Formats: sequence, structure tokens, C-alpha cells
Amino acid sequence: MKMALESEYSPDADRIMAVSLGPQHPGAGHFRIRLWLDGDYVVKALPDAGYVHRGEEKMGEYRNYIQNVPHLERPVILDSSNILFAYSLGVDELMNSKIPPRGQYLRVIMSEINRIISHMYFIAIQGLFLGHTTMITWCMGDRDFWIDLGERIAGARVTFAYIIPGGVRNDIPDFAIEKGLKTCDWFEKRMDEYEKIFYDNPMVHQRSDGVGVLSRDDAIAFGATGTVARASGLALDVRKDEPYSSYQDFEFKTPVLTQGDSWARAYVALLDMRESVKIIRQALKGLPQGPVRLKLGPQPRVPAGEVYSRTEAARGEMSYYIVSDGSPRPYRLKIGVPSAKNLRALPHLLRNVHVADIPVIYWSLNYWPVEADR
Amino acid sequence: MKPTSKASEPATPAPPQVGASPQQAKVPSNPSSAAAPVAPNPDLDRAKDIAGRITSKYPGSKLEWVKPRRLKVSVPLGIIKDVAFFARDSLGFDHIGTVSGVDWIAKSSLEVVYFVGSTTPGQEGFVLALSESVPRDDPVVPTLIDVWRGAEYHERETHEMFGLNFQGHPDQSHLFLPEDWNDLPPLRKDYVSPGR
Repeated sequence: MKMALESEYSPDADRIMAVSLGPQHPGAGHFRIRLWLDGDYVVKALPDAGYVHRGEEKMGEYRNYIQNVPHLERPVILDSSNILFAYSLGVDELMNSKIPPRGQYLRVIMSEINRIISHMYFIAIQGLFLGHTTMITWCMGDRDFWIDLGERIAGARVTFAYIIPGGVRNDIPDFAIEKGLKTCDWFEKRMDEYEKIFYDNPMVHQRSDGVGVLSRDDAIAFGATGTVARASGLALDVRKDEPYSSYQDFEFKTPVLTQGDSWARAYVALLDMRESVKIIRQALKGLPQGPVRLKLGPQPRVPAGEVYSRTEAARGEMSYYIVSDGSPRPYRLKIGVPSAKNLRALPHLLRNVHVADIPVIYWSLNYWPVEADR
Repeated sequence: MKPTSKASEPATPAPPQVGASPQQAKVPSNPSSAAAPVAPNPDLDRAKDIAGRITSKYPGSKLEWVKPRRLKVSVPLGIIKDVAFFARDSLGFDHIGTVSGVDWIAKSSLEVVYFVGSTTPGQEGFVLALSESVPRDDPVVPTLIDVWRGAEYHERETHEMFGLNFQGHPDQSHLFLPEDWNDLPPLRKDYVSPGR
């Protein structure tokens, strides 16, 4: 077995220094980047994932379709509804079940709330990495209002376990609708302030304009999705491309920027949130009456079959490949997470950049190690 | 390794057992029984059309299942790279989604499935699943990095989790597993998690 450190010292190039960034780096978050440096420049970078690999796919094969719900949202706590959304869609398709309209709308509401929660964390840390302390204090504080809203709907604060096969776990209380609409109005004004203090800030522009540019062709070749793809001029959005769960009922745009740099990747997140607010408002106002879930037993019968379901999660395309052999447990449960899909772009972007630019580029990919490792 | 037809013969029909399930059969028959005129589904027709173009060009390939915006085609050993180039250059499937393995232990075969999306306008919602089955005791498949560069880390993951050997892959060291992992590939069915 080749040890990881074996090739890090190369005797013929004395000026090249091998350094590890992470996994103890406070910003890297259970993730290591192996760097080869020439002075202040990065010659080569290799991502080293796997520090938080927990074998979610193997665990999924030991549990039945309902037991899988709580542990499947653990890989991406920031975006817990969206990882369950794709799973639920897949199981629904296998069982050929039709979700009641109110359940579909509530799924959309929760998914968009989680998108905002996730993006707020993303731009908060992006601000922190750029030395912009206001951003982390503001965003982390404002993010809590959305978590509160999620708590009023689902009953839990972070891991909502709200979207389940067959619909959503419970109905939305009336006061949460009111609070949701108020939060939307307030947040739209708040986002204007983010633009002024962060995105229009000359320091932020200097640090992230033209840093880590991913071209459109490379984004396609690497299979980049989500904010990374949309910042590089690639208009990919599963909500538009194959409208699932009543997304065709709502009016929203897919924000696309063409710069492909770190600033654009952070700005796409803000534009995404503006659209999310629009969707949440439309869904709350037009919420249909009726049941929110189908009656499924604790061990639903899932017919044999295969399904590949996908949704647009906060970081990009979340996909599940579920193979069922008709037994109570999935035969194979493949989780295709957006962080893993965007990871291939990292070593490409970290070539010939300054060491000081590494955190900006790394975090602008919206990479979440726990999600990638599963 | 010799890609004899004998070795691939029992391996290829393994997945259709699951694919040709009662659920798949029910999908087209359901609307026809409810309402006499079957509602036209352009997404299903287009998926069928794409499948037809692959299966007619590559006679050995087989359509496993087709649904609106989804299709799965399995190809015999040895031609997956040609089919992949054809799918990318002529059919517009240029955006790799993910790569998965499936361990069909009862059939003694390992399947590798590439899920490929598209950035062609109007076709973004379609996903092509391209699969290939190899015998479990000699799991060698060609890498498809030349076709979709983004497949690199997905293949690396499939290698460590299923023991599939991607020939031509530049680096098949462990991505998620520890460097000193000294056991069966964990997603194989005969690997049992500790405590089970």
C-alpha cells in the first residue's frame, strides 16, 4: 500500500516544498489539500478527502426505506432537506406514488428554506476567508431566522427530517405561514445590504475578481454543477430542466454569471437566494388544501426496479441511484452529491495561484467535506 | 484477460431482472387502462429515440429500461469507450453526473454504471445511464476519463468501494478509505460491516 506521504519530497527539485493544508486547518473542515509550492506559488495541488467518510451507502443497504431517512441527512446538515428530497423522489417513483399537492408545495418550501440556510453559511465563511468579519456575524445571525422558520414548520432545528417518502412529515401551522411571509419581506431588504457591504466592496473585488477562473468548457468537462457551474455560464438547474414536485407552478429565474471567478461563485449564491425567497412567497401564498402525505407503513413495500432521481440542492445536482430487488431494503443506494461532483475542479483551479488565494478559491467552490465523503 | 462471449453472456442479463420489474411494466400500462387514449409523452419518446440511436449503431448493446428523461443502456465488454464517445459527440451527453458500481453477487458479476447528463439546450433534463458488466473475479474495465474528465474521482471511488480496476486510470489510490485499508472492498455484498 502506498503511503500518502511517500511522494511528497522530491529530491531533484529542491525549491519545491510539500505542505499539507488541513485537515486541522480551521477553515478546511475535515479535508486536506496536499500542496507543492514554489515560493508563494502553488505548483500542484491534490485534494485528499475521506476524513469523514462514514459509509452512508453501506448503511443504507442495512436499513429499510423509512429507517434510511434520519441517517441520510447527516452528511449534509446544512442542507438536510435537499439530500432527503432526492431520496424521497426516488422512492416515490419506485413505489409509483402520487404526492398530494399540499405535500409537494411544502417540500418545495422546506427545500428553498434549506437552500437559504446553506447559502448563508457559504457566504458567511467566504466573507471570513476574505477578512470581512461583518459578513460572518451578519449572515450567521440572519441565518438563524430561517432556522427558526424551519423549526416552526418541522419541529427540529437543523436536521429537519421533514421530506420523507410519501410526502412531508407534518402539516405547516398557520402562524408559520405568516412568519414565513414576514421573513421573506425582511430578508429581501437585508440582501440589498449584503450587496452593498460585501459584493460591492472594493476589497472583496480585489481579493476575488479573476481569482480561480473556471471556464465554461472546463465546467462541462469536470461535471461541475450548482453554483460553480452557474458562475461559469452554464445554465444548469434541475428545477427548470425537469420540474419536479410542482416547481413548474412557480415563477423564478436561474441566475447565471459568466465570469467564472471566486466573486461570481459567491454572488450566484446571493442571486439564488433572491429566487428562493420568491419561490417561498409564492408557495406560501398559493398553498393548496388537502393532505400532506400518503399513508405509508413503517416498512413500505417497494417493488423491484431501478431509479435515478435528482434534485437541485444548494450546492448543485443531488442524485440518487436506487436499485431495489423487492426486499424491504435497498439493494444498492448510490448518493451522487454535488460536492463530490465539483471536487475535480479544485486541483485544476489551484494551479499557479498565490498561497493566499487558496482559501478563497477552495471555499468559493461551496465544497462541504462531509457531504463529499458521505 | 479475454473478453470471451462466454464470460460476458451470463453477466449481461443480470440487471434486466431488476429492470424488467412489475413496476416498470406498470408505468406504461397504467394510463392506458385509466383513459383510453394514451397521453403523448414527448420526454419518453425522446428517450426512446436516443436509445434507438445507440442500440441500432451498436448491435450488442441492450436497452435495460426507459422512462421519461431517463434511459439505461448496457453494452457488451470492450465497446463502452466507443459508445461513450458516440454519446458525448453525437448525442450531446457531455456532463458526467456520477459513476456507480453494483455488485450482483448471485450472478457473480460486477456492474459499473455511468450516469451522464447533458448541457445541450433542451436536453438538460435527460440522463443516460451507460453500464457494463464484468465477471466478479476479473473486474477490469477501461477508464472513461478521456471521454468525461470529471469521471476521474468517481471512478477512483468505484475502484476502492467495489474493487473494479479501471485500466488507464492515472491514480487509483484510496480517496475515501484509509490508506491502510486491508479488507474486501466495502460495498461488495460479501463484505459485512463490523458488528453485523
